[in-house]
Amino acid sequence: MGKVVELNSLSLGQMGRVAGFSSEDTELETKLREIGFAEGDEVELLHRGPIGGTPVSVRLARTIIALRRKEAAAILVELQE
Amino acid sequence: MTALRLALVGAPNSGKSTLFNGLTGGRAKVANYPGVTVERRVGHFSTPVGRSVELIDLPGIYGLAARSRDAEIAIHALVGQMADEAPPDAMLVLVEASILRTHLHSVLELKSLGRPMVLALNMIDLAERDGVKIDVEALERRLGIPVVTCRATRSSGRAGLLARLDHEFERVQPGSAKSMPVPKLNLKDLQREARSIAKEAIVFEPPINRITRAVDSVVLHPLAGPLILAGLLFLVFQAVYAWSSIPMDAIDAAFTSLQALVKSSLPNGWISSLLADGVIAGVGSVIIFLPQIIILFAFILILEASGYMSRAAFLCDELMARVGLNGRSVIPLLSSFACAIPGIMSTRAIEGERDRLTTILIAPLMTCSARLPVYALIIGAFIPPRTVGIFNLQGLVLFGLYAAGILSAVVVAYVLRQTVTKGKAQPLLMELPSYKLPDLNTFLLDLWARVRAFLKRAGTIILGVAIALWFLASFPATSEGVRGSFAGMIGRVLEPILAPIGFNLQIAIALVPGMAAREVAVAALGTVYSLQGADNHVNHSLASVLQHAWSLPTGLAFLAWYVFAPQCLSTLVVARREMNSWKWTAFMFGYLFALAYIASGLTYWIATALMTA
Repeated sequence: MGKVVELNSLSLGQMGRVAGFSSEDTELETKLREIGFAEGDEVELLHRGPIGGTPVSVRLARTIIALRRKEAAAILVELQE
Repeated sequence: MTALRLALVGAPNSGKSTLFNGLTGGRAKVANYPGVTVERRVGHFSTPVGRSVELIDLPGIYGLAARSRDAEIAIHALVGQMADEAPPDAMLVLVEASILRTHLHSVLELKSLGRPMVLALNMIDLAERDGVKIDVEALERRLGIPVVTCRATRSSGRAGLLARLDHEFERVQPGSAKSMPVPKLNLKDLQREARSIAKEAIVFEPPINRITRAVDSVVLHPLAGPLILAGLLFLVFQAVYAWSSIPMDAIDAAFTSLQALVKSSLPNGWISSLLADGVIAGVGSVIIFLPQIIILFAFILILEASGYMSRAAFLCDELMARVGLNGRSVIPLLSSFACAIPGIMSTRAIEGERDRLTTILIAPLMTCSARLPVYALIIGAFIPPRTVGIFNLQGLVLFGLYAAGILSAVVVAYVLRQTVTKGKAQPLLMELPSYKLPDLNTFLLDLWARVRAFLKRAGTIILGVAIALWFLASFPATSEGVRGSFAGMIGRVLEPILAPIGFNLQIAIALVPGMAAREVAVAALGTVYSLQGADNHVNHSLASVLQHAWSLPTGLAFLAWYVFAPQCLSTLVVARREMNSWKWTAFMFGYLFALAYIASGLTYWIATALMTA
């Protein structure tokens, strides 16, 4: 099993699979799940915003999702070996 | 037989509006849901066998857990929890074919409602071009609901869907659907099920679209991205001003000659004056902005349909977040530099209701083009055309007025978000759709819908207001002209209130008809100072009259007034409609007037103090 990190801490172009959600905020988890994040999905950090590195754009399977650093930190990612 | 009420359900960017326009020919009845600003679009079409269908276009949703007010309304309408509205008889669920995997769980959520439904995989052409292969039969079998592929932009691409609707909903009795509570679902389980279905139904899934990836690496680049955005915005504003001047002059000329025609063919009297000075002048003063509105909306629609708009929101999000707004507020605010009306109308793309409300409330602080005639007059009269360093002083003052508007918008937004529009910051969760070539037909229908909404207002409410203001300025008819009219009387009442900030009786009177639109104040001042002649002549001589009639502090205070004052009834009318609240409209009016009063007062007092010192 690979190392688990927050989605926000991936470097540009780094890939991994969603391992779970760290947020105590169940409402946020629901929102993240509804837009499509689910355990096992392949994610890749594509771009960071020009100011303070937020928001980030993330590839989730064949979609691209933009989310702020704080929300991205709630998604746990298992790095690929 | 009564029409089948069919709800069109799908995520944002799934092509719902395109399918709606395609099926209904773009003819929609648009209204707000009661008590909220969420738009309700209903259209009609007939199926191949001639069954009549009422199509309800719901706001985009990703599932049954509400993320925003819009989504909440959509979900309530679906289950039948909306007051005065029966639940739909059936659902047409739209998913973009190439990203089926990410959205499949929402289909399962909708299926749990137990209503008759058909799933349409939209933009199948784009998915096939990318190499996505879907086993539709397997998908149907595993989901247990009918699935059809479609291409919403082409009538040939919709034919299969229409035939399927006939077949699947043949036995559905209109009006038999029951209301139900919103089901509580375990999303994690649904996602697991969706994934197992996807494994069987999605035969091949290539990597993400190469073009989208390549374009994003430039457009979202930390350095190139903002530069491209700035360049695009510069282009849009250039176009709004430069391309509109010829049609605007033509409209102006047409209304002026229509006015002259009415005056020359009707006997002198109140009827001729009502038609020429009230109706034609009033409506003309709004219609003249039509070219700017068309150009601006054309750009907005193209940027939106191509997929760029969400990238613009991405780039601006952090900047806007620092004052409590989000990236989606950027375009409406920038549009408001041309005219607050299209700006406020384009706030519909903003997800959070509080964010949207705040954006509407500060939109009038962006200096719109209608303020330029006023600024030009006063700056020309009171600011010497000296050079300061490498800058022209007049230009510098004009820049200062724009900057004052922007800075105060930042402050006001911040204060509002901390107080009256307080609420939890909306998380930004936004799909960045793949880049697409906009569809011409959809583009034209959408543009026409905006233009029609604008013209309808010009023809109804604004017409009424123009007539009312004409009446105030024309009656009772005395030898004193406007000074003896009701407007003059109102001006006399206002004068003591405005005197402390340096405004005289003439200004107070001119502000009354100037309520119709900001630039009307120039003409109104001309009337009050009893000037006659052609527009240019009036402008020129008005400047020299004002130089003698007003002190410098009064001139400056008048400029400060125009940075803030909500002197545009059309804006208030549109804001009322978009916020769907008299209370908020009154608040907007009140806070803008308070700011205008304080700003003019401060300007006047400080300038007076400096001049006596």
